[in-house]
Amino acid sequence: MKILISGKPAEAEDGITILQLMEREQVETPQYVTVAVNNAFIPMDRYACYALQEGDAVEFLYYTGGGCDGAEQ
Amino acid sequence: MALSSEQLDRYSRHIILKEVGLRGQKKLMQAKVLIIGAGGLGSPAAMYLAAAGVGTIGIADADEVDLSNLQRQILHATADVGKPKVDSARETIAALNPDVTVICHHLFVSAANVMELIEPYDFVIDGTDNFAAKFLINDACVLAGKPFSHAGIIRFHGQLMTYVPGRGPCYRCVFRQPPPKDAVPTCREAGVIGAMAGVIGCMQALEAVKYIVGVGDLLTGRLLTFDALDMEVRPISLPENPDCPVCGKHPTILQPFDEGVVECDLK
Ligand SMILES: [Zn+2]
Repeated sequence: MKILISGKPAEAEDGITILQLMEREQVETPQYVTVAVNNAFIPMDRYACYALQEGDAVEFLYYTGGGCDGAEQ
Repeated sequence: MALSSEQLDRYSRHIILKEVGLRGQKKLMQAKVLIIGAGGLGSPAAMYLAAAGVGTIGIADADEVDLSNLQRQILHATADVGKPKVDSARETIAALNPDVTVICHHLFVSAANVMELIEPYDFVIDGTDNFAAKFLINDACVLAGKPFSHAGIIRFHGQLMTYVPGRGPCYRCVFRQPPPKDAVPTCREAGVIGAMAGVIGCMQALEAVKYIVGVGDLLTGRLLTFDALDMEVRPISLPENPDCPVCGKHPTILQPFDEGVVECDLK
């Protein structure tokens, strides 16, 4: 089936879960990545059971620190 | 408020813009912006806001300039190593634009001081480097009804979003709580390309200017991501989160708190 990953068209097996997709896409530290499907946040405890459907638009949102890099506050 | 002939000259490229004009320039000159963290993001943000003639710029930072900062923290020069960053920032800004009043806050932002710190300002720029501070600034700005720009940078990647009360999700809507220490890479361990700080910090300055002047569409309800390796810029639409513990329908965070301290109580 066809889905969108970060805005780009991609192929995925029918019934692939969010967690399986994250593994396939080699998403770093999946337990700390926020996932939105079709512009709705998916609770983290559902990543393993949430099956994606044809046409779904998946976004991975990453914690990004940085900026100042002085001493630890 | 009338502009001097020098000011008309200095800000002429702003004034000529139909979106800014003399009216917008005067708004900038009366505005107060707080920059928390005079580092990679705070440096370009502070310098462009100073150059723009923002009337009052607050700089909050507890650190001294380190040699490893100079690869990207352009407020500071080689001779400033060892000096408090707030002092170095004040000198750089004064040399750039004497119109600007700089207020130095030589402190670590904490739950005890954050509300008082942000209170006098119209807009806050989060240029901090750690998640505890980012969540604290978010909570304080939501609770105080204060608009702010969040940003983060790492490696060749940067992202930012803008919070304005009532106009979309806050940082905690997207990321529920800080990740455990060392769970996600930091710039210190993973590195960051210096110019990335420039790009994202300048975008934070742009958001502040747009908010103050009142033009354009802010990054409210959107997370703008920038990947420098493939030069891809993407604004990602952010959903509302009615369950957000600070800005949601039934908030449980009613006052700012220091994440590290009460982390155990939350679990
Ligand atoms: Zn929120």
